[in-house]
Amino acid sequence: MTQTAKVNELSWIVGGAQGSGVDSSATVFARAAASGGLHVYGKREYYSNIMGEHSYFQVRACSRPIRSHVDTLNLLATFDAETAFRHARNVIDDGAIIYDSALAGTKLDDVPTIEARLRADLQTYLVARGLGFTLQDLLKSAADRGVTLVPLPYASLLTQVADENHIDQLSKISRMVNMFAVAASFGILGYDYELMAKALRDVFRSKAEVAEMNVRGARKAYDLVRGKYDAYPYRLEPIGFNGERRALMTGAQAIGLGKVLGGMRVQTYYPITPASDESEYIEANQIVNVREPAADPAEEESDVARETGSVLVMQTEDEIAAVTMAIGAALTGARSATCTSGPGFCLMMEGIGWAGINEVPLVITLYQRAGPSTGMPTRHEQGDLRFALHAGHGDSPRIILASGDFEEAFHDGAKAFNWAERYQTTVIHLVDKALANSNGTMPIFDPDQVRIDRGELITDGWSGRDPYKRFAFTESGVSPRALLGHPGTMFWNTGDEHDEKGHITEDPVLRNLMMEKRDRKLDLAAREISESDKVNFFGDRTAETVVVSWGSTKGALLDAIDALEREGIKLGFLQIRLANPFPVELVTRALARAKSIVNVEMNFGAHMGGLIREKTGIEPTHHILKYNGRPMSSTELAEALRVIAKGKAPRKQVLTYGV
Amino acid sequence: MASKPVLKVADFQTEVHNDWCPGCGDFGILRSIQMTLAEMQLDPSNVAIVSGIGCSAKTVHYVKTYGIHTLHGRPLPFATGVKLANPGLEVVACGGDGDGLGIGAAHFVNSGRRNVDMLYIIFDNGVYGLTKGQASPTLRLGVKIKSLPAPNLNEGVNPLWLSLAAGATWVGRGYSYDIKHLVSLIRQGIEHKGYAFLDVLQPCPTYNNLNTKEWFGGEDRKEENQGRPLPRVYKLEGTGYDPVVHSEDELDAKMAQAMMRGREWGDKIPIGVFYKNELVPTYEERISARVPNFLKNPPAKQAIADSKGRPTTDLSRLLKSLAVN
Repeated sequence: MTQTAKVNELSWIVGGAQGSGVDSSATVFARAAASGGLHVYGKREYYSNIMGEHSYFQVRACSRPIRSHVDTLNLLATFDAETAFRHARNVIDDGAIIYDSALAGTKLDDVPTIEARLRADLQTYLVARGLGFTLQDLLKSAADRGVTLVPLPYASLLTQVADENHIDQLSKISRMVNMFAVAASFGILGYDYELMAKALRDVFRSKAEVAEMNVRGARKAYDLVRGKYDAYPYRLEPIGFNGERRALMTGAQAIGLGKVLGGMRVQTYYPITPASDESEYIEANQIVNVREPAADPAEEESDVARETGSVLVMQTEDEIAAVTMAIGAALTGARSATCTSGPGFCLMMEGIGWAGINEVPLVITLYQRAGPSTGMPTRHEQGDLRFALHAGHGDSPRIILASGDFEEAFHDGAKAFNWAERYQTTVIHLVDKALANSNGTMPIFDPDQVRIDRGELITDGWSGRDPYKRFAFTESGVSPRALLGHPGTMFWNTGDEHDEKGHITEDPVLRNLMMEKRDRKLDLAAREISESDKVNFFGDRTAETVVVSWGSTKGALLDAIDALEREGIKLGFLQIRLANPFPVELVTRALARAKSIVNVEMNFGAHMGGLIREKTGIEPTHHILKYNGRPMSSTELAEALRVIAKGKAPRKQVLTYGV
Repeated sequence: MASKPVLKVADFQTEVHNDWCPGCGDFGILRSIQMTLAEMQLDPSNVAIVSGIGCSAKTVHYVKTYGIHTLHGRPLPFATGVKLANPGLEVVACGGDGDGLGIGAAHFVNSGRRNVDMLYIIFDNGVYGLTKGQASPTLRLGVKIKSLPAPNLNEGVNPLWLSLAAGATWVGRGYSYDIKHLVSLIRQGIEHKGYAFLDVLQPCPTYNNLNTKEWFGGEDRKEENQGRPLPRVYKLEGTGYDPVVHSEDELDAKMAQAMMRGREWGDKIPIGVFYKNELVPTYEERISARVPNFLKNPPAKQAIADSKGRPTTDLSRLLKSLAVN
């Protein structure tokens, strides 16, 4: 070995045409790394396309917890020409590229899915180095920088596997190239193959035969490269778990789990990227285990879990039906939600207004993606904050909560229902594409931290002196809530302004009382919601520069701030969790003394920056924004913050990294 | 044991002032709904009536059951959510023809696909009343009613055909001035196992001066000898018509006869049950095939927390499948 080994500091990419199994290979890689005790964070990028366009998965594996992706790339695993063309230039000088030796002669023009802009860019790059336009030329330019090239004979490996398993057509097992790429990666990283074998068996749990064929086949690629590339410095080594039980999951799974644990029993949706993943995951697991008290109530520990619960997942004709069906279900007492992305949320406005005026507990999980209009359906953005705040006509109270990471997403998924019922209002849970589609390792959630609060709910009849009134005026604004089908609490709902019983009114006095009653519930929420659900503060409270952000930029910011701290640059970081009712005092307190306030958002219009100014009168001094559809990396965030720390930054920096 | 007190029609009436125009056909439908509920002795607190927007949608405020007055065109998805979360409830959806066949057409079609066990009543008068008489989806091409500045430019949609094509498993049509008959239809619609669609011809005396009570009653074409009117509306059951699909092999014939009768208009307008098919599984049955205890423990009835507020849901199995160690 010529250099010092760089152990457990890896950024890896596998890519390929959509439909070729890139996701499962990335999952196998991530699970194999994770089951060795490594911390993993994965980012998924794909086109709005079924088959043929380029998709890739970037996975980081480290010995310490990581929360973001980086721009550097230590190992690029490819089995098609396009992935190598797109990503080779981003491989670090001492990195490596695994590629199909048979594809080296592929010309840039032979890859129709590379956009003209990128093609021209690559041509300029190759011309400047006196090279031609084949993959071989681009690989040579990488090798000239010191990058290790790892050719793999994919076709001959496939033929061997086909022969050994008596498979008559190579096309039947062509997807196995994915696993060759993963195995070769572990080969040059010197990682234990048994951990990959275990991951394969996990991922192909329901297809044992396929799993074993992959285990045996991928081993060939592993053996082919193992020990042959000693100059390549990166290594992965299992480190164990130190007693921690850990899971690997996507953000969409974390949110779905949180909602189900929180008691959601109806979820409606219309198919839309990137929100559908959550509904499909819940539907695939719609029968729910429920703890039932043991026969002897003194022995609570002996509660047994039985398959008696279920979540009704309804795919509807459109998002209007999705939101109204969820509201209908909520009126019966079932915790109900719908789940969508920007274009679908557009259709939900009338439902939000109706739920608002009728004080129905409704949860909407809003997965933001790049807009406006269809925008970039599979790409990331935090462009719907203003929309969520103002969606609908008239003033309709709502709570808006934004999750920053997997763990928050899980707990917020459950919490949203508590707030929806306690304040009898719509709760919009703001998440996004980056969070939904990323995966990562995390300590297994502790369900004991979750509590269920159903607010003022009447379940066993009305015992009040006066006849029941659904919208009775109260000091808090919250009226005891009855459910359809219960005796003694008959009520009416209407989208019209209404009296306390729920009948239509246009009386000017009642109108004011009702508007004010509904709004008081938000005042109550603002008083009751805990500080940590409103904001989080990280880093140095006395720092002169405070970064403020919200949502899934959290991971990249925390990693960037850690990196800068090692360089002696101290920063504070205010993460805003509750966007409405806005935590005016906490935000003011955190920002008032800062000399520089850096607003970081994954959108064009600096929504939160504007909201902070509107609510507190404090204006950010700097903005770091990004809107090219690719989430912020900790690398580019650190660089932008470094420029600000040096006092040389313009008021607005736009981040542009992205493949 | 004392028997339950008998519910009267008055027990299904609220004190809310009814602001429909005098002579409105809606009164007959409202009365019929109240009479049906009383006739069936349904527990008012176990009934939810869900309406859209418009004159007809105000119905829920006049009926003493749970009443959900929703959004324009949306009574069906609201009602579907209610019924599936708590299938034990008796759910009736209602609204105008503009509500159900214009702005709500997507839900009209998709409710047929689902076949949820509930009744949907359309108050069908050919106009948007509450916005002052614009043409609505059932008004025919070229028709000029007094509220329109010029003849209608759109062809009218046939609600019976559309519901049959969409998969409604019970299709009927009533007339708001034949209350006895309408009560019988509403009752059959409620008792039908699956999604029942009932179109009710309902004259709007204020804006639709063509399809009036007199027109339906045939006042304009009196019998030559005795001078008695020749009503346009006639009852299917009086013609020996059998709407029921008794077995799969009858499907084509019963569907075809319903379509043929459903086309009649003008001099002869049939009312009654056009089609009834209980061979199609309801949505509730389809869910039950996946979730065996769905009807016993539907979403609204599930206990989600114990007495200390701890979730009763146990995620161990799912967490185990995601665990890496």
